[in-house]
Amino acid sequence: MKKQIEDYNLSQDFLAKLLKEMLKIRYFENKVVELYSSGTMPGLAHLYIGEEAIAVGVCSALTEQDFVTSTHRGHGHVIARGADLNKMMAEILGKKTGYCKGKGGSMHIIDMTKGLLGANGIVAAGIPIATGAGYSIRYRKTDQVSVVFFGDAASNHGNFHESINMAAAWKLPVIYICENNLYGISVDIRKVTNTKNIADRACAYGIPGVIIDGNDVLSVYDVTKEAVVKARKGLGPTLIECKTYRHKGHHLADPGIIYRAENEREEWMQKCPIKNFKKRLIDEKYFSEEEISFNEKEIRDLIDKAADFAISSPYPEKYEAYEDVYFVDKIEEEVYL
Amino acid sequence: MREITYAQAICEAIDEEMERDDKVIMLGEDIGIKGGNFGQTQGLYEKYGEWRVKDTPISENSFVGLALGAALTGLRPIVEIMYSDFLVIAGDQIMNQIAKIRYMSGGQTKVPLTICTTIGLGRSTAAQHSQSLHALVSHIPGLKIVMPSTAEEAKGLLKTAIREDNPVVFFEHRLEFNQKYQVPEGEILIPFGKANILKEGNDLTAIGIARQAINSLKASNRLAKEGIDVEVIDLRTIVPFDRNTIINSVKKTGKLLIVDEGYERCGVAAEIGMGIMDDIFFDLDLPIERICTQNVPIPFSPILEEEIMPTEEKIYKRIKKMVEENNIG
Repeated sequence: MKKQIEDYNLSQDFLAKLLKEMLKIRYFENKVVELYSSGTMPGLAHLYIGEEAIAVGVCSALTEQDFVTSTHRGHGHVIARGADLNKMMAEILGKKTGYCKGKGGSMHIIDMTKGLLGANGIVAAGIPIATGAGYSIRYRKTDQVSVVFFGDAASNHGNFHESINMAAAWKLPVIYICENNLYGISVDIRKVTNTKNIADRACAYGIPGVIIDGNDVLSVYDVTKEAVVKARKGLGPTLIECKTYRHKGHHLADPGIIYRAENEREEWMQKCPIKNFKKRLIDEKYFSEEEISFNEKEIRDLIDKAADFAISSPYPEKYEAYEDVYFVDKIEEEVYL
Repeated sequence: MREITYAQAICEAIDEEMERDDKVIMLGEDIGIKGGNFGQTQGLYEKYGEWRVKDTPISENSFVGLALGAALTGLRPIVEIMYSDFLVIAGDQIMNQIAKIRYMSGGQTKVPLTICTTIGLGRSTAAQHSQSLHALVSHIPGLKIVMPSTAEEAKGLLKTAIREDNPVVFFEHRLEFNQKYQVPEGEILIPFGKANILKEGNDLTAIGIARQAINSLKASNRLAKEGIDVEVIDLRTIVPFDRNTIINSVKKTGKLLIVDEGYERCGVAAEIGMGIMDDIFFDLDLPIERICTQNVPIPFSPILEEEIMPTEEKIYKRIKKMVEENNIG
């Protein structure tokens, strides 16, 4: 039985924030498609369209002190964490003004000021790293938490099992968020995994495993909040499986059609997290259609500005290719490259 | 001067750095209660407790990744991989993550992480527990590669590695752990990228890596009695490596032999040779030569193992041959 919005006891401001953050991600990703199609973008990006409720629901349950580790499909997490949209867009276009001075690109966006330990191009590589942040928290005796996002396919990787085992054994404050969108590129998770739900694996490590509708932002927020409280109290990790679906292909050059049945895709498009949350807000009388359109326009403008910033930004100088390999302190070191 | 073992010197380095900085922690298999596979962490678990000296499960890739996560969030971890053969198990975290995250982030991150591991032929531990895989990690931009020879060198270089704000892979040698050496009391810090001339000479330059520096010195002392005057260099660090010291030496002697326990194919001897080629080509009397482990998996039986590994005897014979051939020519 689905809860009413009022059962969550959230302020109107907070509800507005949830919607706005999801819209930010959606419009950002749409803009990325536009830039890619116009030939302005080098390389590829892995779009988060359809999964917005997870990034926003989870990140809204955290404080600024917490750590977030992401994946190759990381734009959603990075935006939900409050990243600078200009620097993100510039990074995706390989410009000097990007987060990583154009050296990382879409898959490696990092913002250490926001505790964002990075998007990562290797599937499941972020899981041990986030677990290490959890170890550091426990060692330093703060009440921070470390959250890691990963996909269904990553849960078949050794890192998932090794990391959760250590976090469970040592009661580390890590929250493992599995975004189960049913496919690892083109491979249907159901064909390569014998457990029905990823969260079913939690019991093998003696930790709680929770399954939620990943397209219901309120559900995601609520469950994450509970896991965060637990972790801060020193009660150890939780595995949260969010059922979801990506609207687009694996990356920009993959239509995502040949390996996914048309009726399955259509069914999931109906479950769009943004469309459905908007509808609920209007139906349950939290906002009017006009109020929502106004917000949508505001966010579209933000994204347009970010794109303009990125397009007009310069590329890095050639000599910059040789910088930032090592941290060099005040004493000049001779480094043989 | 007091005498301690190489293992004790390593332990002292870790102990001193832990005392100095409470952000230094260590993780690895058997480093806690057992005190290390070779005694390298004897007494540290009792002194610093289980959160600073952590016995891990057998999960190399993930506990090395865990060390990276801790390094990114305020700690200064040392992580031990028992044998260098197991570096490849943690290959992704070492080569794709630790080495690269600073660059990929455009300089936003610092990775003050030391990976300690062990190399060394000569104990019949066979193909999967005897390798010296330093060439693999030297190949990857973003790491620093350190290979000490004696106990004092190990202590001084490990302390520098721990204080270094970049990822370091530190290679300890199995045959050295029980060897006793004179090690001065007090602080020892040896910088990276500065080779050590163990013996000066004019006839030939011999560069030895890790324990092979000691073997090269022994062989050279024998040769000195026969009137052959070898300059022996302990390279200390592969990345960065001290080009200037090597170039000056080869300009003087005109002959270079590099001795390395890694496999010969694509090993660091090849890299050193090419790396200085431009500067010393016209100073060479002979082509550069190398003695490395042969290109076969390391065999178990002692007779076979000795056949394929660098030894003091092989160094002695080769230097003699190089110098005498050159004299005849």
